[in-house]
Amino acid sequence: MLKVEHVTKMFGGLAAVNDVSVEFETGKINAIIGPNGAGKSTFFNLISGLHQPSSGRILLDGVDVTNLPSDKVARLGVGRTFQTTNLFEQATVLDNLIVGHRLRTKSGLWDVLINSKRLQREEKAARDKAMEALEFVGLAHVAGQFIADITQEERKRVAFALALATDPKIVLLDEPAAGVNPEETVGFAALMRKMVDEKGLTVCLIEHKMDMIMSLADKIMVLDHGEKIAEGTAEEVRNNPVVIEAYLGGDEDAAA
Amino acid sequence: MFKVASLLMTPAAKYLMLAFAILFPLVAANEYQVYVMATAFVWAIAVYGLNIITGFCGQLNLAHGGFFAIGAYTLGLLTADYGWSFWPAFLGALVMTAVLGFLVGIVSLRLKEHYFAIFTLCVGFIIYLLIDKWEELTHGAIGVRDIAAPYGFGLVDFTDTTPFYYLVLAFLVLAIWFMGRLSKSLLGRTFIAIRNGDELAQSLGINLMRNKVLAFVLSTTYAGLAGALYAGMVRFIGPEEANINHTFDMITYLLVGGIGTIMGPLLGTVGIVWITQSLQFLEEYRMIIFGPLLVLLVIFFPRGITGSFLTWMHRKSQALAPTKKRQEKKVNTAQNREAESNA
Repeated sequence: MLKVEHVTKMFGGLAAVNDVSVEFETGKINAIIGPNGAGKSTFFNLISGLHQPSSGRILLDGVDVTNLPSDKVARLGVGRTFQTTNLFEQATVLDNLIVGHRLRTKSGLWDVLINSKRLQREEKAARDKAMEALEFVGLAHVAGQFIADITQEERKRVAFALALATDPKIVLLDEPAAGVNPEETVGFAALMRKMVDEKGLTVCLIEHKMDMIMSLADKIMVLDHGEKIAEGTAEEVRNNPVVIEAYLGGDEDAAA
Repeated sequence: MFKVASLLMTPAAKYLMLAFAILFPLVAANEYQVYVMATAFVWAIAVYGLNIITGFCGQLNLAHGGFFAIGAYTLGLLTADYGWSFWPAFLGALVMTAVLGFLVGIVSLRLKEHYFAIFTLCVGFIIYLLIDKWEELTHGAIGVRDIAAPYGFGLVDFTDTTPFYYLVLAFLVLAIWFMGRLSKSLLGRTFIAIRNGDELAQSLGINLMRNKVLAFVLSTTYAGLAGALYAGMVRFIGPEEANINHTFDMITYLLVGGIGTIMGPLLGTVGIVWITQSLQFLEEYRMIIFGPLLVLLVIFFPRGITGSFLTWMHRKSQALAPTKKRQEKKVNTAQNREAESNA
């Protein structure tokens, strides 16, 4: 599904991501872990096209997306969330989500001027898609509320819904469970599992909550100083001495 | 109170405002008041343009007054120096501001946030300098006189204040109508997504440059439309039309009225123009009243008159219908519908 081949990203003389190769399979939950500054978010930015790699290739379903700008990558089916999502606070949740389906529509200025049939059709489709995404993340009941009036956890779910409204094949989630309590973390894990099971999506996430990752991820990649130091199932990663030394040893205890 | 307030925002309220605007020349004490109102409407049209690029798309464009002047000068020079009649020159002004908007847009929109604001501030000042110094073309500080008034095809005489007032009103209604349609459309939502953040918008598959340039061109065309109407109304223009202060005035109108709202630009512009008018007798000292008034507004209505009002309304309606109640209501109506269809 998503194949990353020898990707490197240099910022000046610093290799934020260094010669990383990895393959994410369809319908799996893939986690990327690593200490702060390991290059995880940069890695996401490379896949989603916000940054262009200095070298290497990225293939999505066999299509070379290495140097595509991020809006084109999104149209090819890569949805993503950010650590923080700025939304229109004084607008309703539903209003904020409608634009999520914009990339599947074609209406332009002329359609707005004449209020064309196409625009009406596409706006209805976008609204339906937004509502569907909202129902999927379990927030249909706050559709009419302002973003400013919903909880932190609900905001995170709205960010999920926004990514889902783009009709992605793969979603990149940057710390989806950061800043939410343990109970809500369980809810997010269930939601990600549901995305894979019900929508057949490929999920890719960056996360620091180890107990969640270990029970949720089908495959884990460990980055440290921009390099891939390990890859495998939770069991394999947990028992990998390199990983324990670089990262897990102290942190797992701390997380538990 | 709530009921009164909610009435204010119904479509009926907009028709009431329109009816008032139509009747205004009849109830106005003198022609001067009609003239002031027409001026306010002209500025309001320009502020609607600023609302598209700054209010909706989130790009603080400080060259807006410059494009207003370009619209005014294009119409002025074409009619006074090149013998064009009003309406072709009017169209020319729109095309000119759109084309120049496109050219400035594709360069300046490569910059983000305050860099874009600083760049456009410079563009606005360069426009002022060009108008002031390029004497062969613009007559420099002497200005442009003998600008043609719009001809009314033998039906109306737009050199009179009242017919011109209605002409401006017609364009204002058109400007607001398009703004309303834009804001609810997928295109308007695209602009708002860009305001929320470049990276998020891109990750939603939105082409930043194309949409920002489109918003910019729309805004400069609005400014050009307003400028052309202004030139046709006052018939004499000078480099001061491009003074950077006009841009900041428009930003004030926008902030007071409610940035990113539909009725904000109109309420802000008309409100401030009339307050300024009624404080005219104080001359320079009017700022002593005007300044604190602005400060109070920003403190207590940070989203402007319209924005704060809409938020308040929404909160009110949410409080009246708590989430659970709304859900029950939905279920009930669904059951009723089912019952009806069974019967």
